[in-house]
Amino acid sequence: MSTQAHTHDDSHGGAGVYVKTLIALLILTVITVGASYIDFGSGNIVIALFIATIKASLVALFFMHLRSEKPVNGVIACAGFLFLGIFLMFCFIDQDSRKDPHPTNLPPLITTPPPPGMPAPMPLAPGEGR
Amino acid sequence: MGTSAIDLHGHPEQDPHGHPPGHAHGDDPHHQHHFATMEQQFDTSKIGMWLFLATEVLLFGGLFVGFGLMQNRYPQEFLEAHEHLQRPLGALNTVVLLISSFTMVMGVLSAQRSDKKKLVMYLILTIICACIFLTVKYFEYSHKFEEHLLPPRWYHAQPTDTVRDATGKVSPGYGTFFAFYFMMTGLHGFHILVGIILLAWIAVRANRGEFSKNYYTPVDLIGLYWHLVDLIWIYLFPLYYLIK
Repeated sequence: MSTQAHTHDDSHGGAGVYVKTLIALLILTVITVGASYIDFGSGNIVIALFIATIKASLVALFFMHLRSEKPVNGVIACAGFLFLGIFLMFCFIDQDSRKDPHPTNLPPLITTPPPPGMPAPMPLAPGEGR
Repeated sequence: MGTSAIDLHGHPEQDPHGHPPGHAHGDDPHHQHHFATMEQQFDTSKIGMWLFLATEVLLFGGLFVGFGLMQNRYPQEFLEAHEHLQRPLGALNTVVLLISSFTMVMGVLSAQRSDKKKLVMYLILTIICACIFLTVKYFEYSHKFEEHLLPPRWYHAQPTDTVRDATGKVSPGYGTFFAFYFMMTGLHGFHILVGIILLAWIAVRANRGEFSKNYYTPVDLIGLYWHLVDLIWIYLFPLYYLIK
């Protein structure tokens, strides 16, 4: 018969671990929403992504059972994120090496609030946006 | 599914696995003849699922990279555009998806314990959470459509938009934000929709009593898929709703 049952059964710790994981995830969600109302400058995005990574790790380790899974599955999962990291890194190295990322075929942009008397800005004609 | 090696090859005496005729692989009808053991069959399915999940990470990853590049190009526009998203609704959807991930994993646990009743119950709870998620998304989307917060081609400038070019036209960055918003949340929503169909299918099969501690591979694999959809939302939520 099968050995599936006793290699994959309650060795994960059962319902208690899942409840604790859920509570941790909900607390982290409250923290990340709360932190977004406080201004840390450029730190906001770092904090948000750091908390998201903790949450993603909790989901992967406990809900997806990577903690007690065969190592090969963990290797596959990590490989996915590793290659995403390489993709991300080289794209940003490229972007950061450019002086002005604004497309040269578009008129330069000015950041000024519309004059007070000006009516609501006109909508873009179809196809004009880009 | 239930066919043994003997039936397929028609040579019971020459069964490649050396099993006696009529008892090719024990009495488990789920055991396919090309796997030596049920455990090998289970592990093989799992590796396949994880490979698929890795491609899913890369599929969404490409969009995340694009979002990051455009955010870098139009930081002010992205900041102003994200103010139009309703943060409480995004937070609500995060909580709903986290709870659905929990009910899903409890469903897998119930399957591992051969608890048919609880398995069906948890699967239905997961489907309900998924439907709540999509309903909230529907309200968010209709709000965007009403305000013309759409990709550049259809974007209507908002009074709060401050970035324009010399001719008074608003920057294309605003529409770009919503192009990525609809593409990424739309693709994610599509995954939720597919998940609902898969979960319903599993629930019907579970109700027929097809799963037990000896065979619950489909429940486990759909569970993995569901957690990945949750995992992607965990990154989508702060990037769209919480950027500063």
